[in-house]
Amino acid sequence: MQINRRSFLRISALAGGGLALNLRTSKFALAQAPGAPPDLTPQAFIHIAKDGIVTIMARASESGQGMRIMLPMLIAEELDVDWKDVRIQQADLNEKIYGRQFSGGSANTPMGWEPMRRVGAAGRQLLITAAAQTWGLPADQMDQCTTKAGRVLHSASGRSLGYGELAAKAAALPAPALSSVKLKDPKDYRIIGHSQPGVDTRAIVTGKPLFGIDVELPGMLYASIEKAPVFAGKVKTANIDQIKALPGVRHVIVIDGGITPAAFTPWEPGMEPGIAIVADTWWHAQQARKKLKVDWDLGPAATQSTDGFAAKAAELLKATPERAVRKYGDIDAALGASAKTVEATYQFPFIAHVTMEPQGSTAHWKDGKLEMWSTSTLPADGLALVAKTLGIEQSDITTHMVRSGGSFGRRLQNDYLVEAAWIAKHIDAPVKLLWSREDDVAHDPFRPGATVGLKGGVDAQGKMTAWRHHFVTFGDGKQATSGGGMGQDSFPAGFAPAYALHISMQPLMLRTGALRAPGDNAYCWVAQSFIDELAHAAGRDPLEFQLELLSNKKMPWSSGEHDAVGDHEPTGPSVLIPERFKGVLELVAEKSGWAKRTKEPGRGMGIAAWFCHLGYFAEVADVSVDADNRVTVHRVWAAGDVGSQIINPNAAESMGHGGIMEGMGHLAQEITLVDGVIQQSNFHNHPLMRMRQAPKMEVYWRKTDYAPTGLGEPTLPPILPAVTNAIFAATGKRIRTLPLQRSGFSWA
Amino acid sequence: MSIQLKVNNVATTVDAPPEMPLLWVLRDLLHLKGSKYGCGLGLCGACTVMVGGHAVRSCITPVGTIGTDPVTTIEGLSPEGLHPVQVAWEALDVPQCGYCQAGQIMSAAALLQHTAHPSDSEIDDAMSGNLCRCGTYTRIRQAIHEAAQNATPNPTK
Repeated sequence: MQINRRSFLRISALAGGGLALNLRTSKFALAQAPGAPPDLTPQAFIHIAKDGIVTIMARASESGQGMRIMLPMLIAEELDVDWKDVRIQQADLNEKIYGRQFSGGSANTPMGWEPMRRVGAAGRQLLITAAAQTWGLPADQMDQCTTKAGRVLHSASGRSLGYGELAAKAAALPAPALSSVKLKDPKDYRIIGHSQPGVDTRAIVTGKPLFGIDVELPGMLYASIEKAPVFAGKVKTANIDQIKALPGVRHVIVIDGGITPAAFTPWEPGMEPGIAIVADTWWHAQQARKKLKVDWDLGPAATQSTDGFAAKAAELLKATPERAVRKYGDIDAALGASAKTVEATYQFPFIAHVTMEPQGSTAHWKDGKLEMWSTSTLPADGLALVAKTLGIEQSDITTHMVRSGGSFGRRLQNDYLVEAAWIAKHIDAPVKLLWSREDDVAHDPFRPGATVGLKGGVDAQGKMTAWRHHFVTFGDGKQATSGGGMGQDSFPAGFAPAYALHISMQPLMLRTGALRAPGDNAYCWVAQSFIDELAHAAGRDPLEFQLELLSNKKMPWSSGEHDAVGDHEPTGPSVLIPERFKGVLELVAEKSGWAKRTKEPGRGMGIAAWFCHLGYFAEVADVSVDADNRVTVHRVWAAGDVGSQIINPNAAESMGHGGIMEGMGHLAQEITLVDGVIQQSNFHNHPLMRMRQAPKMEVYWRKTDYAPTGLGEPTLPPILPAVTNAIFAATGKRIRTLPLQRSGFSWA
Repeated sequence: MSIQLKVNNVATTVDAPPEMPLLWVLRDLLHLKGSKYGCGLGLCGACTVMVGGHAVRSCITPVGTIGTDPVTTIEGLSPEGLHPVQVAWEALDVPQCGYCQAGQIMSAAALLQHTAHPSDSEIDDAMSGNLCRCGTYTRIRQAIHEAAQNATPNPTK
């Protein structure tokens, strides 16, 4: 019950078959395919003191999505304690005890929903058993015991005992099988569905050391790494001895690295070469870096450029596609018979994660043991990678999981952790590695760009007839680079009467990776923009056009039809349930007054919706564009369907705001290369949205009878096309190339 | 060189080159980790502290230029979290990842020192140098209004 093995095996089969375009990073899913862990032990998660204070272990990494509180809320609810009596403690990495400890893919909610509640219910069961034994109740009278707010009650005798009084006895009892425990009726929830403040909020507002960058150990040194301006460039020679003599510098170490640039750059490709400078303060290390004179062997990646990528993409787009990923219906005949066809090329750029806290970690190698303070959101992979890179046993490593200043998919990769550990093993002191912002931009595992050629048709009644596209991405022809693809069932696949998805790839010697809603964060923009184009070509309202499309599913899912309805699977190749997709569209239309929107020059509303990571979101943007094509987003309405419960409503609304603000940010960001060198370096040329650009946002929920699912990812994708569709409504200009400035627009 | 500072009402002496940014003096020499590094160029505001009652970006402020001006960091605003801005931040549960929030709070506190009841556009002007990647701007704005009201109730409201 902890995980659904069938799903994971299916994902790996899909990835192994080479057809899936890395729809989302399946790394965390693949990692656990060989054998589900045994039943979780409630005693590992729940610690009750004599005074009744309950400490619940938070198993997942926290980078702002509220996982440190959400999973403990599930335990506390079923344990039946007052939230005020709950304390939360971050667990160290130990997946044998806690099960999977990661945060990614919006998976903690669906994967934690059932197991964490069962852990809490098993804890409650243990306390009842302990009370019954204390009172000498026969086993068949145990069901007369109830619980309330941290006490076991026996109403027949009027006796009661606090959990604190029972804790020692309960802890010594064997845990019941989690599958056997009874769960609450949702109508009795007192914690789930009620906003609980962030567990670290007080520490944050008072500036307590809390983040990866704040870790401090006695005698700790600080490290900074100079890397080649080009991916995987190697050190030929450097003025190492001069640098060693600079003030505050303790060590200068050349990192040979372990990357061989190739057409396909895998996830976690290996250590990047460079020169590590270890000093008394990080600023001293940075000052010393400025004095470095390095002769680099830049290697083959120096031939890459954005212009070269664009030229090659244009060439591939004209040529016969390398491969058909999915095709049904007679696409050419359907296009030929259409009353109207639209042809368009969409382009989106590489972008960087730019978490507010740049990458870094702290590590200490002592007496053959390694201790790490990790901000990774996939720490078990980090542990394995460190052990492999350093040639040490995993059992000789302790991983503390530290809050990070944002991840958005960045910290699913562990490159910075490996670097910190590697440096620690070369010196005799604890060391904190911190990347500069410039390091962070230049060496990000980027969201890869792509070019998509589309042709679609509508019939005389204004209905979609055909959808053909050619996705030109990056890879070696067999494997597409991670974080930038789309799935065989990505909307409108299955709904378009005739459909074809072709792909072609060009080589990429660059790290890429998952960025919040990987794949979907860009493909949603392409698909929902082109649907808007087809609706306008048909002279239809875009909402009505899309609702109609959703009402006429034509084909089974490529993964089979088995779970198209009532899909309660926690992860895996889930499928779009049309009723839910339509539901959020209808709700957002109602809340935004879509039907009554007025037309005025320079102002318009755009609508878009998406399904990904098991969640459904529709968003409407109200946008104005001035005479200089400067865009202001005034208001955004969002409607989401993530199942039957919004576990922590205040935090859920935050995720909604976050998805909208981040998605808006993506619209104006790009990473470009000249001679292999990344041209952006900091927030001035890879901007984030600022306060004055933030729209009014309203987030609404449509609760449906499905198990609760996550919010990190699905909130994001629809805002991009909602805004660009609104720009079209305001100006009549269709944005087919991102960032906005490449289409002649900018943020006001 | 030896530099005298007054940080959070405590006189202290640090041994640092005068060009060393205040941020790294605070973080790595005085062990005050609340102020954060985000960009090193004064672009993001995560390092914001108050110097002489004004919000400054400590990552681009050489420690040698501080002189006798008192420095207030997030740790000194109110260690118990009782400053009206901190109270409002907590009440609205503003933070997501939380990394930028010390800088946001210091900018907001400096704004309220000079403008007791800022309008939305005054908030925009004062706060647009502080980046939040998580998207907490709506709640930050709300929290500033709430803090203003709690600090000195506005009779017109």
